[in-house]
Amino acid sequence: DQVLHIVPETSEQVQHLQHLCSALLLDLWKPWLPEDIQAGEDLHIRVPAPLVQEVKDSLDQHMVSYKVLIPDVQELVVQSMAGERSSQRQVPEDYIYTQYHPMEEIYQWMTEIQNSNRELVTQHYLGTTVENRPMYYLQISQPSDKTKKIIWMDCGIHAREWISPAFCQWFVKEILQNYKSDQKISRFLQNWDLYVLPVLNVDGYIYSWENDRLWRKNRSPHMSGSCYGTDLNRNFNSSWGTIGVSYNCSSQIFCGSGPESEPETRAVAQFIETKKSDILCYLTIHSYGQYILTPYGSTTTPPSNNEELMHVAEKAAAALMGKYGTSYQVGSTSLILYSNSGSSRDWAHMTGIPFSYTFELRDNGTHGFVLPPDQIQPTCEETM
Amino acid sequence: DIDDAGHTYHLEFVLEDLNDQGSTVNCTAEVLYHLGNRNAPPDVQFTVEGELKSSDEADHQFYNQIKSLKEELVAENIPDSHGNVPPALVPVHLLAWAAAGYVIWQNSTEDTELHLAQIKRVEQVKRSDEYLEFDYVILLHDVVSQ
Repeated sequence: DQVLHIVPETSEQVQHLQHLCSALLLDLWKPWLPEDIQAGEDLHIRVPAPLVQEVKDSLDQHMVSYKVLIPDVQELVVQSMAGERSSQRQVPEDYIYTQYHPMEEIYQWMTEIQNSNRELVTQHYLGTTVENRPMYYLQISQPSDKTKKIIWMDCGIHAREWISPAFCQWFVKEILQNYKSDQKISRFLQNWDLYVLPVLNVDGYIYSWENDRLWRKNRSPHMSGSCYGTDLNRNFNSSWGTIGVSYNCSSQIFCGSGPESEPETRAVAQFIETKKSDILCYLTIHSYGQYILTPYGSTTTPPSNNEELMHVAEKAAAALMGKYGTSYQVGSTSLILYSNSGSSRDWAHMTGIPFSYTFELRDNGTHGFVLPPDQIQPTCEETM
Repeated sequence: DIDDAGHTYHLEFVLEDLNDQGSTVNCTAEVLYHLGNRNAPPDVQFTVEGELKSSDEADHQFYNQIKSLKEELVAENIPDSHGNVPPALVPVHLLAWAAAGYVIWQNSTEDTELHLAQIKRVEQVKRSDEYLEFDYVILLHDVVSQ
């Protein structure tokens, strides 16, 4: 693999490069997204070895000048790892999915998942958190000549719901381990792209590991640092601030200073907004309670496609119960749980994504947020 | 709805014996949330079909275990962050659960759903008589207000 350094000169060149990157799914090192490629700005692209000639030819054809920044990525990687053998992290085969992992290990896991599944997986930058940490999602996409619809799933919007990121990791593992042998999964990938965000609220998750296991919100400071955290699931622009929220920072359901006031919220919303015409299904994973929740939380007026939404959710709950007998309740948040505004799921549906669901995983309150690790496997298996 | 009184809920549920999983008992209950006095805990009436199994043996074991300690028991974060409870502390956890049930009942309204989230700290209180006394700091999670 080679890394090329290009400084596009004209907007035609920019357009051509954007097209090339998207069409060949090239790995953008700088900037992160094709839409951020600009004339006069540095562009660094990593080109997989088999495509190097094709890309160079295309650049030549369009009179785009380039330099080879890194002639052999593999060599560089080997070199940089030579001194780090002893602290080398687990390869995906060794990753223990039946344990909870801290954020550092999840970041590493994502990199390794991409590296060992290059034909299918790409890691993408989504945005930055309050405390300046990167948010990454994994795109699982089988190369094909047709554009596929997207299923988006995010985990860990609430810090203390540890089973949620554990499920996202499990889910990715299951897909990647079985897509060649499992007909259902391989057929699925022929028609759909999966976008998985394993930890949305990175700062909060880390805080729940290091400081307060029952932390829920993000870590944005308020009132000159005397109070912290906005409930990201009250911060979306869906009837924001109207019901089931608090305007007081010290509350667990503080909705923030305004809709999308939080960088984490904006990162997700902006991305989904740009892709919304291709997204068929928005899933957001929480715990606990054992529910499959449909829109809306902010009103009891049912969404336009309520019948279909309920039908699909009921089938999901039945399939889930078939595994270990775990029963999930299905229905709209405002009817079976409580009222709340500003949820990501409501926003996704209002933005036009037809199938929008919140999953509240195990359990029913016995262990609540502190679900023991021996329940990770059954929870993930049944939810899968 | 009970005019001038409040809302009554009629419940049917199953109790499972924690010491003998698989052993269950049917229960019915009536819970009345008072209309007038919102600070009063709900009235609860319940009946158990058959008999609850005796926990004497487990109780005795726990009692003797604590009595034999050289120093008063102190522990924190039960379960721990990962959801684990050391086997020796399981009875301490169960005791807290039962006590938390009382606290939850006393603080419940139609708009709350309280669960024991975690024992932050438990300290055994030194006593000169034969009783065991524990001082718990517990965290209760309300699903509605989070």
